[in-house]
Amino acid sequence: MASLNVNGKTFQADVDPRTPLLWVLRDSIGLTGTKYGCGIAQCGACTVHIDGVATRSCSVPVSSVGGKQITTIEGLAQNGVLTKVQKAWVDNDVPQCGYCQSGMIMAVSALLKSKPKPTDADINAAITNICRCGTYQQVREAIHAAAKA
Amino acid sequence: MNDMPKFDRRSFIVGTSAAGLSLGLSIPVAGAQTAAGAPASTQTPEVNAWVVVQPDDKVVIRVVRPDMGQGSLTGLAQLVAEELDCDWSKVSTIYPTAGQNLARKRVWGAMNSTGSQAIRTSQEYVRKGGAAARIMLVQAAANEWKVPASECTVEKGVITHKASKRKTTYGKVAEAAAKITPPDPKTIELKDPKVWKIAGKPLKRLDTADKVVGKHQFGVDVKRPGMLIAAIRDCPVNGGKIKSFDAAKIEGMRGVKKVVQVGDSGVAVVADTFWNAKTAVAALPIVWDEGDNIKVSSASIAEFLKEGLSAEQAYVGNKAGDAKTALAGAVKKVEAVYSYPFLNHAAMEPMNATALYTADRCEVWCPTQNAEGALAAVIATSGLPGEKCEVYQTQLGGGFGRRGRTDFVIQAVQIAKQMPGVPVKLMWTREEDMTHCSYHPITQCKMEAALDAAGNVTGLHMRISGQSILASLAPERLENGMDGATFQGLTASSPEGAFGYNIPNLLIDHAMRNTHLTAGFWRGVNSNHNAIYVESFIDELAHAAGKDPLEFRRGLLKPKQLAVLNAVAARAGYGKAPKGVFQGLSSMHTFGSYVAACAEVSVTDGKVKIHRIVAATDPGHAVNPAQIERQVMGSFVYGLSALLYGECTVKNGAVEQTNFDSYNVMRMDEMPKIEVIVMPSGGFWGGVGEPTISVAAPAVLNAIFAATGKRIRSVPLMNHNLTQT
Repeated sequence: MASLNVNGKTFQADVDPRTPLLWVLRDSIGLTGTKYGCGIAQCGACTVHIDGVATRSCSVPVSSVGGKQITTIEGLAQNGVLTKVQKAWVDNDVPQCGYCQSGMIMAVSALLKSKPKPTDADINAAITNICRCGTYQQVREAIHAAAKA
Repeated sequence: MNDMPKFDRRSFIVGTSAAGLSLGLSIPVAGAQTAAGAPASTQTPEVNAWVVVQPDDKVVIRVVRPDMGQGSLTGLAQLVAEELDCDWSKVSTIYPTAGQNLARKRVWGAMNSTGSQAIRTSQEYVRKGGAAARIMLVQAAANEWKVPASECTVEKGVITHKASKRKTTYGKVAEAAAKITPPDPKTIELKDPKVWKIAGKPLKRLDTADKVVGKHQFGVDVKRPGMLIAAIRDCPVNGGKIKSFDAAKIEGMRGVKKVVQVGDSGVAVVADTFWNAKTAVAALPIVWDEGDNIKVSSASIAEFLKEGLSAEQAYVGNKAGDAKTALAGAVKKVEAVYSYPFLNHAAMEPMNATALYTADRCEVWCPTQNAEGALAAVIATSGLPGEKCEVYQTQLGGGFGRRGRTDFVIQAVQIAKQMPGVPVKLMWTREEDMTHCSYHPITQCKMEAALDAAGNVTGLHMRISGQSILASLAPERLENGMDGATFQGLTASSPEGAFGYNIPNLLIDHAMRNTHLTAGFWRGVNSNHNAIYVESFIDELAHAAGKDPLEFRRGLLKPKQLAVLNAVAARAGYGKAPKGVFQGLSSMHTFGSYVAACAEVSVTDGKVKIHRIVAATDPGHAVNPAQIERQVMGSFVYGLSALLYGECTVKNGAVEQTNFDSYNVMRMDEMPKIEVIVMPSGGFWGGVGEPTISVAAPAVLNAIFAATGKRIRSVPLMNHNLTQT
């Protein structure tokens, strides 16, 4: 039985301890905003925060996150109030299909915590998530907009 | 397996297989289901099939064409709302189901989003749907006031009778409007696009809110009561079969509920969670009968295609004058051989479908570009009559043509049939998705041109050798064996895509060479390689003639294609690139639109950097310029990912690339600055999602030649050494 703290709540999940956090979030807890894209930490669609650090949850066994604070896309907005990153995403009309955007927003939210005014080079280095629709130019604009907000 | 029934690229009607089943069933349409299966919020009777107005004036517009990110949901709603004259801030949308469309004799027309057709092939009837609803709503108010409808005006859903100073709203008269006889569509006059207030404007998408909070419900997110999850392994060699598998070895593994054979080539494990299903199916001992295809390799395919470059028999797609005689009498002859590889769509959401089968009903929830095709597949696979089957289209995590197929739907139903009463969500791993695609067709091309003493092109022979998509997916659509779609952008005069250059002696032909891998529609389709072949070779001819590539093209191009090329040249400052930066051009007429690009690159120590691309598109009409810009940018990311890294290779009959580590795609650090010129010239309706993809790669390749003097004739670039020597 794995115990984990997600978005401020405690959950128990009866799973193999080797199960990646991604699948515990999606299938055991029912938080499906975090997406599966590759399963090998290449695409970033499954990015969540573990103690504030952007982490690809497909490659983290659930046994390693007990006692840590996990935040998913569902845990960003508080009482329906969007974060400045989410708001910049809406204002800049960023998503196309939207599938990668949960991970993208989580990665960007972590970046802006460590670097509140990132340069384009900072963005290039930190945001390596894959978007097949090709929203990269809007993502970049929205990051700069969120940094100014 | 032909799993794409009646896929007609011209009319795009999914057609008789589904429509023939139309039975006039009584399905409650006002309570249309949302994608996730929740009942719609409205019990209000519809004004017509397209429009429901609630008492609080909220307008629900029904859109059947799936939006996989391309923005057509918003664009189609804009077109309906424009003619409806409603308040845009009160608009929401809903997807009717394929079963509802069938039951209502396809009142919503075709449901597919393929071939950049979602808006352009339905724009007229959706606008008429909005206009008819407006006419009925105004008539209802006029009836109530006992005045002629012609004396009433409407703006933003408020109806006014000026003479008597009376006002009402759509919400108040909607119920009465629902009882009014609809106007004859032939009598409905549509607005001149010049006076559009909602359509034609760069409005924001309607479907963003859920995407930033993780609530957008994709196929993988479907939840049904008591649902189990399946993972599958299909034979890694296309055409191969299952010989045997040892279910007993994994039946005791955690969470495993059942091990089932799927068709004659796959095995699925049904479990409580995806992780348990995937872990167990990976451990399942399977003996495959790969058949003769195990002998196929990339090298054997290349040899097979090479033979087609000089074969006697070929299908002629475009012929003018006598190219062979012109070539024989050339003052200067230029020849080059090009090639283009297999590509996987690699949509971010791997293929999936959820199916529930009982003895008298089969329901499927799935992300599909072709819900009616999916419904036909459910009917055929379940063995149940049409009125007992249903397909709910969920949101799609990308599509790019891959989700027009129904192979994953068929598998889901095959699994569900073995577990009656239990909803089963089949999810492919990325590895399964990478190795079981309908791949971008593989081709080679031999280009031969004749120049006269003044450097004029007097003749051109373009011989394509390679796969036919229609032969793979819709063989009934071949015409005397010929695949007309092969000549995308190369035809003599098709409004869908005509060859852009005036060349007096021309021969474009196709030696069809089909491989064991299934070919499929991949964003941009055949125009991807056709544009590289034509636009790179035109560049080669310009240099052979000693002319500037822009001036050379100007002497040959037809007017609308020249207009978009001139637009990018002007905006980019062609000929005035900064030091160390080199420019390349390309243009194309495809999916009904005229498109062009000017790329700016530098090459340092063999590494290409794409700095900027200026793009132009003339789609005839622009329903939402902001979303068109995003489609152009997105198509470039997709096309440039293929240019830089895209290649699926074959070893022992199987595709070697299994995930994004071996099938790389562009990330943010490689994204050039893209500027988009949207220049609709009116008079036709072209596509948006796909046309521009074709010009990205050749513009960059031509810029690389300008930078290095190296002509790249095969892609991806990662296979080439661009280090200066």
